[in-house]
Amino acid sequence: MFRFIVRRLLQLIPALFGLSILLFIWLHRLPGGPETAILGERGTPEMRAAIRDNLGLDEPILVQYGRFMQRMFRLDLGTSISTKREVTTEFLQRFPGTVELAVTALIIAIAVGIPLGYLAARRRGRLLDHVSVAGSLIGVCIPVFFLAYVLKAIFAENLHLFPASGRQDPTIDATRITNFFVLDGLLTREWDAAADALWHLVLPGLALASIPLAIIVRITRASVLEVLGEDFVRTAEAKGLTERVVRRRHVLRNAMLPVATTIGLLTGGLLSGAVLTETVFAFSGIGAFIADSISQRDYPVLMGFIMIIAVLFVLVNLLVDLSYSLIDPRVRVR
Amino acid sequence: MRAPRPKVAIAAVAVAALAVAGCAESDRGDSGASQKDTLVFGVAGDPKVLDPSLASDGESLRVARQVFETLVRPEEGGTKITPGLAESWTPDATGTVWTFKLRSGVKFHDGTDFNAEAVCVNFNRWYNAKGLMQSPDVTPYWQDVMGGFAANERKDLPESLFKSCTAKDATTVDLAFSRVSSKIPAALMLPSFSIHSPKALEQYQASTIGGSADNIQYPSYAMEHPTGTGPFKFKSWDVANKTLTLERNEEYSGAQKAKLKTLIFKTISDENARKQALRSGDIQGYDLVGPADVEPLKNEGFNMLTRPAFNVLYLAMNQTGGNPKLADIRVRQAIAHALNRQALVDSKLPPGAKVATQFMPDTVEGWNPQVPTYDYNVEKAKQLLAEAGASNLTLRFHYPTEVTRPYMPNPKDLFELLSADLQAVGIKIQPIPLKWTPDYLNATGTGTAHDLHFLGWTGDYGDGYNFIGTFFDRPKPEWGFNNQALFDLFKKADTTADAAARYELYKELNTEIMKFLPGVPISHSPPAIVFGKDVTGVKASPLTDERFATAEFKS
Repeated sequence: MFRFIVRRLLQLIPALFGLSILLFIWLHRLPGGPETAILGERGTPEMRAAIRDNLGLDEPILVQYGRFMQRMFRLDLGTSISTKREVTTEFLQRFPGTVELAVTALIIAIAVGIPLGYLAARRRGRLLDHVSVAGSLIGVCIPVFFLAYVLKAIFAENLHLFPASGRQDPTIDATRITNFFVLDGLLTREWDAAADALWHLVLPGLALASIPLAIIVRITRASVLEVLGEDFVRTAEAKGLTERVVRRRHVLRNAMLPVATTIGLLTGGLLSGAVLTETVFAFSGIGAFIADSISQRDYPVLMGFIMIIAVLFVLVNLLVDLSYSLIDPRVRVR
Repeated sequence: MRAPRPKVAIAAVAVAALAVAGCAESDRGDSGASQKDTLVFGVAGDPKVLDPSLASDGESLRVARQVFETLVRPEEGGTKITPGLAESWTPDATGTVWTFKLRSGVKFHDGTDFNAEAVCVNFNRWYNAKGLMQSPDVTPYWQDVMGGFAANERKDLPESLFKSCTAKDATTVDLAFSRVSSKIPAALMLPSFSIHSPKALEQYQASTIGGSADNIQYPSYAMEHPTGTGPFKFKSWDVANKTLTLERNEEYSGAQKAKLKTLIFKTISDENARKQALRSGDIQGYDLVGPADVEPLKNEGFNMLTRPAFNVLYLAMNQTGGNPKLADIRVRQAIAHALNRQALVDSKLPPGAKVATQFMPDTVEGWNPQVPTYDYNVEKAKQLLAEAGASNLTLRFHYPTEVTRPYMPNPKDLFELLSADLQAVGIKIQPIPLKWTPDYLNATGTGTAHDLHFLGWTGDYGDGYNFIGTFFDRPKPEWGFNNQALFDLFKKADTTADAAARYELYKELNTEIMKFLPGVPISHSPPAIVFGKDVTGVKASPLTDERFATAEFKS
């Protein structure tokens, strides 16, 4: 197990190195540069040239890459060209928002999706089954941003039940520790701050949960149906075990393996779905920030954020692999 | 047999949800009473920096305008110069030394006194900037207005317009300039020339920019400690929640203290999301209202303010970018006659928009009612093209996507109307849509192989040079011409000390420009800013200099 983890982490080094080269070349080959975004329609040729010169953008790309790598070795990701804050600071301020949003969506998707998929399978061909299959089809098809707009129009604009934007009511004087607003509220015992942050998560969380929820329902349903037809289930039932035992020990446990894999893969998808949800709900996370940074050609932010996300993505998948052995002892990691 | 547990679980979740809902709901209800002196205003982007000397983006300057004051300031709701921290100002006989009489009894937010000495500390700070402070993205407006520094570290920097500052007594200060310039004193209204507390500047090392040229790091003053004399004080900037909070300056010495206790700027970059946040009550006002939303929001009872148009949208004709035919004045005249600008203004621009006859709005001194005009005349356009031997003209027409600007609400619609007009006179159009930043700005700014494009400008301060001089006072790749006679006339206007004489020269310049016709001015659009149904007191400003100090809730 330990060697497995170390090996997977070592594999990360050449992968990140390759990624950094590809990214660097791709980004710097895009037409236009940050000077255009900085100056807007005010840019005179002299000002453009001076900024390019300052940022060292006219040097050979190899020299620029060398400078970037030198900084990377010192674990320094540089400073954002547009906000002038350190890339690491920017990440630490925005990433918790995205994580909160993704976790909310994932909790909604799992908490609703697995029971629903299971029940649909158990009642195959009955009303609940038809409704959940049709519902999940719609869930996959509806674009996240459209759902987000609809949810907001109904529950924020018209019914005034939920806030329409942001992560927390700005009139609340909340203490920031980790930048996970709900967690911070709990840690500092500012209950209203925590409740308000949670309240801000509901609509974007629902919007973002739509696709993973639909997928989890379908995968769970298919997987349970498959397991229900297996010989060992029939054997267990024939032995006279109660339905609850059969359901827990035999059906659910065996059916969860493909569901766990799917959830692992969905986690990556949540990050990209967050780009749209965050924009619609003016939610301060990394998704909207990365989209802005691309149009601003903010090279340090893009390089830094994508490298960090790559590392995190590998780590999440490593955790998913490890979770297999917990769900199903037959799958041993070597 | 099914166990009853799922039902219990569902009931528990429902109760918990209701409990949280009730809690959050009561929070919102409770704060209702205190909300009457707290205004949350939706802005399109985060400010970049809180020291306006280092800023050029609208959102940073919006914050600065509430926290800081300048020696002179634009009249409320207009562009004319009125007293700020200075009560009066006069030039000497040569026009190069200006004496400012300062208001007395003014204190900075940190309790220190404002006086002539403080003014000189500020000007000397800018003038003596060294190292990264001379970077054009760090001190953009200083370089735009003053040119260079005491000791220029870059070869391309010109001699500084500013020369010295002398504090004659506590309330009298002399600013000396190296030559007469049209920019003085109007440019001193810019928030970039805000007066900071000398003590805070030193304490938080405002001029020590860290890092390297490609890795600029602002000092803590610029990110956490802006200290001015304005009606609001900086309280906090919660980057993670995209909100910036200001609070009332209780010691404010100006005419009127702020009516609001707290003013919060909340960043909501998506225009639709700002509208929804206003309707849902998250915010009580926002800027950059989409032109299509102006009427609906007004009808819903929101307090819609229309700024006087202080911008221009133009069609640029690049004379050396690609098609050499554009260097022929008859072709440019034909294009001007081909455009039905009135129809465009009527159908695609917000109410109150006007057709432009020249490259500056009529609220700026120097606007000339008698410039050559080019009326919509298809026959004349065709005839001029035939005379120029350009009947089979094909032009590459660049237009931007994914952007709205105050002068240009919907670029794609504008492009379609303009190109239909041009096609009607026989010009073939090759459309080239590009993403606004960086592709479009890059292509038009560097002049690479484009014939036509549209772009615009919102004025910084009320002087004609800030409009026409920005476009035409020297060769620029955007236009691709080299008209020395025009450039000389600009130089003469810029160095004319007498304001009245200078305005006459601007009038002459406007005539010359419209004769030479490097591009076609299209329109001036009034941008809108909206407030909640119960918010009053703010006056819309053509310079986006809205003063939140006068904002209040109707009781």
